[in-house]
Amino acid sequence: MKGKLTNVVGSSGVQSFLASLLSIFCGLLVGLIIMFIFNPANAFAGFVDMITGGFSSMTYLGQVLYTATPLILLGLSVGFSFQTGVFNIGVGGQFTVGGLTAVLVGGLIDLPSSIHWLVAMLAAALVGMLWAVIPGVMKAYFKVNEIITCIMMNYVGMYLTNQLVKDLHYDRTLVASKYIKKSALMPKLGFDKIFEGSSVNSGLYIAIIVAIIIYIILYKTSFGYGLRSCGFNLDASKYAGINEKKNVMYVMLIAGLIAGLAGGILYLSALTKNLKIQETFLNETNYAIPIALLGTSHPIGVVFSGLFIAYITVGGTLMQGKGFPVETVNMITAVIIYFAAFSLVFKQALGKMSLALAHKAGMDNNANAEVKSSKGGEK
Amino acid sequence: MDYVIEMQHITKIFPGIIANDDITLQLKKGEIHALLGENGAGKSTLMSVLFGLYEPDGGKILVRGQETVIANPNDANRLGIGMVHQHFKLVDVFTTLENIVLGVETTHLGVLKMDEARKKVMKLSEQYGLAIDPDAKICDISVGMQQRVEILKMLYRDNDILIFDEPTAVLTPQEIEELMQIMKGLAAEGKSILFISHKLNEIKEVADRCSVLRKGKYIGTVDVADTTIEEMSEMMVGRKVMLQVEKGEMTPGDVVLDVQHLSVQVGEGHKKKVNDVSFQVRKGEITCIAGIDNNGQTELVLALAGIMPSTGTIKLNGEDISHQSIRYRNTHGVSHIPEDRHKHGLVLDFTLEQNLVLQSFFEPEYSNHGFLKFDKIREHAEKLIEQYDIRSGNGPTNIARAMSGGNQQKAILAREIDRKHDLLIAVQPTRGLDVGAIEFIHKQLVKERDSGKAVLLVSLELDEVMDVSDRILVLCEGEIVANVYPKDVTVQELGLYMSGSKREANV
Repeated sequence: MKGKLTNVVGSSGVQSFLASLLSIFCGLLVGLIIMFIFNPANAFAGFVDMITGGFSSMTYLGQVLYTATPLILLGLSVGFSFQTGVFNIGVGGQFTVGGLTAVLVGGLIDLPSSIHWLVAMLAAALVGMLWAVIPGVMKAYFKVNEIITCIMMNYVGMYLTNQLVKDLHYDRTLVASKYIKKSALMPKLGFDKIFEGSSVNSGLYIAIIVAIIIYIILYKTSFGYGLRSCGFNLDASKYAGINEKKNVMYVMLIAGLIAGLAGGILYLSALTKNLKIQETFLNETNYAIPIALLGTSHPIGVVFSGLFIAYITVGGTLMQGKGFPVETVNMITAVIIYFAAFSLVFKQALGKMSLALAHKAGMDNNANAEVKSSKGGEK
Repeated sequence: MDYVIEMQHITKIFPGIIANDDITLQLKKGEIHALLGENGAGKSTLMSVLFGLYEPDGGKILVRGQETVIANPNDANRLGIGMVHQHFKLVDVFTTLENIVLGVETTHLGVLKMDEARKKVMKLSEQYGLAIDPDAKICDISVGMQQRVEILKMLYRDNDILIFDEPTAVLTPQEIEELMQIMKGLAAEGKSILFISHKLNEIKEVADRCSVLRKGKYIGTVDVADTTIEEMSEMMVGRKVMLQVEKGEMTPGDVVLDVQHLSVQVGEGHKKKVNDVSFQVRKGEITCIAGIDNNGQTELVLALAGIMPSTGTIKLNGEDISHQSIRYRNTHGVSHIPEDRHKHGLVLDFTLEQNLVLQSFFEPEYSNHGFLKFDKIREHAEKLIEQYDIRSGNGPTNIARAMSGGNQQKAILAREIDRKHDLLIAVQPTRGLDVGAIEFIHKQLVKERDSGKAVLLVSLELDEVMDVSDRILVLCEGEIVANVYPKDVTVQELGLYMSGSKREANV
């Protein structure tokens, strides 16, 4: 029995999963403590709201799925790049320019509703991809650290978006972009019937399809083999003749495309979703890295971590009903997400623990099993 | 009999393997005690137990007759046990002196007092013949010097039980000679030394007694003076080993690799690392590039592989490949066993089967319209595992990182020999390997030659150079200073060429 337990805990995939669960648990615990500090009387009730809120009605469940859509895509963008040894920290910029493109194409151009949203969405993805060209070229051909260029491109993207919204498609009273045309809205595909009152739309399908495509690329194709090889050991990959420069370019382009797509989908999901003039990065893009880390950069893991973060975010807004001001709510969700990024630490701890367990199990069985397996391995 | 260290019936179990199975080791005061065993025999595990890095699952440790629990390296340090690890634990940008005192600095009111430390270090350095420059930065000094710093670190902490974990693996022949003298000097001063190695010549030269481990088990302890190298190697491997390479006469054929006026310059204004080198390698011939480490071998090989830019021409089977990509060279007849198998040879986080297709995964054999053919990759791995006896716990799906060094090297060798090639470049293919694995690799190199391939061997080990090669090119400061046949030259002569004190007229 103990031997079995050791085997299960010893497998790396299970360790990643357990580590993610553990970090979520710790985050929730610390969140609860903070709630007790601010509002001891309502802390528990508020906490229950946050934990159960997402499932409390079909509308909220729909909101969870809606919130999760761009989060999953952004997590995929970052996680994909992480797996290949590139650090795409530029989702902030790529996402924003993608959103801008979607709003402009959706608001200024007249097209039939069957293709308007599609054109706007694809344009957003394309511009997101172009936004990643500069960090990609700089990293691949001039050895400039992509983290720095990405951060710079994020600021350029944010201010450029503010400026272009003001110049081209501005509503003074809203201090934001004007609404897009109805024809540019993402199709609902019946989601509006199941989840009445929420904005969930076909973008969710797209996010999941992208996750599957990324999974196939990374683990089933020779292209992905080369990418992951570069991610694990750049020197050996170069030695083996893999063109790492081309790979860096491809990775940045794909990651930028996905981030731009995320921005496009978000700003095409509802008429009221307009681009606000602001000087900070959107929460969505700030959450991208923790989502990738919590999902261990694995595309399927990222889908679930994106859903979780969305769930907590939606649940958090419900806490306001229990007298928690929106700032506290944001702080608590931030703490939980912050802990999500610790999953790597927990994974290491689990690895050590399983080793210790294995030793004990070995002692108990008088090492008989071990001898057999080691002999079997030697043959 | 007085022992400073007695490890009795030590057992240490890891998941799937018993690394140490009832091992007893006794170290006398003032002796050099060698610990001999193949890779994976359990030497490093045993030393880690002694150094407090692992807790043993059974057995006890006596230090100077007292039963002791060593829970961590600090405990070991307090007991006077010091260790020079195979990979040095030094801070690159600190000076020699700073590295030596790091962790045991003398301070006054929180301010470093380096003067006393400097005095003590210089005294120790003089006493034991460990010449160092206390103000040189670690990154600027040679590997041999760095090792001296590690030794001084132990002495500075007043350790008198010194563990050397494969200390010669990183050294040049001259540095090895110096290290042997240093070790003898330390023992004469009353220090007790545990010397982990699988190089029998070194053990024979320096050690008093030798304990042998094999596959985690204790085989026995012998007096080195009364035991032959052949006997020790048999104890270690469990069978008789051919220490001499068996090979017939060579029958050289056409020129495969033709290098003309090759130069490599690293950085502006620096001396050329490879300076106007011309040579040929023919079919059915093992050509060896000999030389002291860091005389341009690495750069020459990287230029041949296409990783480092170079001037001059490189022709493969008559075709100029000087400006071709790395992949082009790989797929057009160059196989390559790199110097650093962890950095260049393997993707350690990939599985064995993935590593075995590292240069060929995109070829139609393993890839169909961009999708990997997993069954073909598995078949390929199973074939090579069988053919080259690559051992790992989980076969093809074993993560490369979890394999022993010898088996990692076998995997690289298998991959490179199996690929379609005319030229095999092998850079220090036996570095850090045990006798059994070395024998295997030498045999494979000779087999390659006999099957009509051109082999370019780069080696720092003079024994290997003399035994395996058909023709020797000596590289000194980036230039070829000799082109000789092993039968026409003595080891001493080679040493003179290598050090640059002699040069053949016609090269």
